[in-house]
Amino acid sequence: MSAVASAGFTETVAAHALELQGVSRSFGALVALNDVTMKVQAGERRAVFGANGAGKTTLFNAITGDFPPTAGRIRFFGEDVTKMPPQERIRRGLRRTYQSSLLFKGLTVFDNLYLAARGVGSKRFSMRRPGDDDATIEAAHRMMHAAHLDRLEKTPVSDLAHGQQRQLEIGMALAGAPRMILFDEPAAGLSPAERRELVEILRALPEHIGYVIIEHDLDVALRVVEYCTVMHNGAVFKEGTPDEIESDPDVQQIYLGGGHG
Amino acid sequence: MASITDKTEDKKAAPVLPVWLRGVRWYHAVVAVLLVIYPLIATGFWTVQIGAQSLILGLIGLSLMLLAGYGGMVSLSQLTVAGLAGYLVAIFGNAEWPAWLMLVGAVSLATVAAVLIGWISARTSGIYTIMITLAISVAFYYLVLQNDPIFNSFNGFSGVRPPEVFGVDWRAPLPFFYLTLGVVGLCYLFVLYLSRTPFGLALQAVRDNPRRMASLGFNVTAHRVAAHGVAGVLAGIGGVLLVWQNGQISPGSVGIGPVIDILILTVLGGLAHPVGPFIGAVIFILMENFAIDLIDRERFNTVIGAVFLVIVLFSPDGVLGLWGKLKSWLARQSARNRVDQW
Repeated sequence: MSAVASAGFTETVAAHALELQGVSRSFGALVALNDVTMKVQAGERRAVFGANGAGKTTLFNAITGDFPPTAGRIRFFGEDVTKMPPQERIRRGLRRTYQSSLLFKGLTVFDNLYLAARGVGSKRFSMRRPGDDDATIEAAHRMMHAAHLDRLEKTPVSDLAHGQQRQLEIGMALAGAPRMILFDEPAAGLSPAERRELVEILRALPEHIGYVIIEHDLDVALRVVEYCTVMHNGAVFKEGTPDEIESDPDVQQIYLGGGHG
Repeated sequence: MASITDKTEDKKAAPVLPVWLRGVRWYHAVVAVLLVIYPLIATGFWTVQIGAQSLILGLIGLSLMLLAGYGGMVSLSQLTVAGLAGYLVAIFGNAEWPAWLMLVGAVSLATVAAVLIGWISARTSGIYTIMITLAISVAFYYLVLQNDPIFNSFNGFSGVRPPEVFGVDWRAPLPFFYLTLGVVGLCYLFVLYLSRTPFGLALQAVRDNPRRMASLGFNVTAHRVAAHGVAGVLAGIGGVLLVWQNGQISPGSVGIGPVIDILILTVLGGLAHPVGPFIGAVIFILMENFAIDLIDRERFNTVIGAVFLVIVLFSPDGVLGLWGKLKSWLARQSARNRVDQW
């Protein structure tokens, strides 16, 4: 166990957190991702922009293994994860949030977090109730705190506002020891106040946790990232710092003229 | 709502309540006391035909509530599992097995059958689960109807009675009621406890979103099959009590009618909480016994159908849902009164 961990560590020093090489994904005749190559460093915070249909969510699905790529290679901290099932990638510290709410609506906020924390643990099946000092319960409390959800502990998810559900998604992504989180449009449909809270939550994440965020709202995205990737028609169109991207005429052309929502 | 962190009181009021006692409230004690003194006041008919019968059918309904309410799996084979346990008790009894072996054998074989049914149906969902479990129930009905050497075909078995243990005649109304109450009470508490364990929580999450559970790293099929196993134990115990109460079992006991009755009484009471099936069973048994005072025996199905329609029309969550609506209505009224006084 320790040998594996230390071997992984020496690798992480040299390798990128996330490395995509010529990744493509087609659905029948439709090429949703076309030869995408990108590198994200450990602890880096990256935004992915692009009009609807540019392939952003498909990119996430390829990285997490929900819909593996049809061509190309994906390395996670130096390790080739291209063919690994999603759970194996989760075990290696990769997390994601979903665009549409995939929460457990009949359960409370805390129980959702508890299940997420339990899912990444080694013991998932138990018919015995845990005590208060249970490590998983403590972990779920920390996740709840990080996602600014403390006062909603006992609230059923079905009673949560949309913004609170997005926060809960983020909280669940913090289960275990995440090294890289993929946020799929966390600010979609949020009010200005909720967006401010979201920015606070993202900025307060520990520094070693890198993330990639899909975001239409440039105001939100440019305040929480160091580097941007712009996608167009399933391919990488441009990369650069937030300033470069914001002032790039080509980006403005496709982005503002693209008729996205 | 059952939660992994449910506590009875504030931490200050009850600092060291054991984990298994959490969620117990004062009105649980009141109901328990009422149930204990009930047979002392009631006649034999009310004790057994109404009281014990409601508890037993409620227990079989509870096994369905566990599957459907927590697990999102509507199974029509719970009465079949109960019926199998009932048949086995009769068969092992005729073979003069010792009482403990007869009970353990009957309930565990019924549980094995339930696990098999779960294993077959766990990969389906919605209407397909209903169809598969219904097919299994119908198949079992024809099996016992046509099989003479083991199941004694259409005659079934009669004269089945509980064994005499500790010199008590468990067939007498009072002992039988208390036996039933004790066993059913333990099963009910067990389900309450289970709903707040990691397993119970995971089962409810599987109901809400199986794909997300799988992506969190949980084995969805294993949880579903395990739920069928637990529900099989409950249904099996219910089946043993049922055959003892009726004194006989025949293909008619496991036919399509009783199979549907369990579904009706469970939905009638409500799937949101383990108490639902018991409320549904009481209503069902009362109507079954007293509707004939108002109308012909043959019209019973019309009455139960009409009552079922009315309750489900007004409240898709059964009687439990009506109760929830009443509570929120009362809260609104008192809030309005307070506003009026201003």
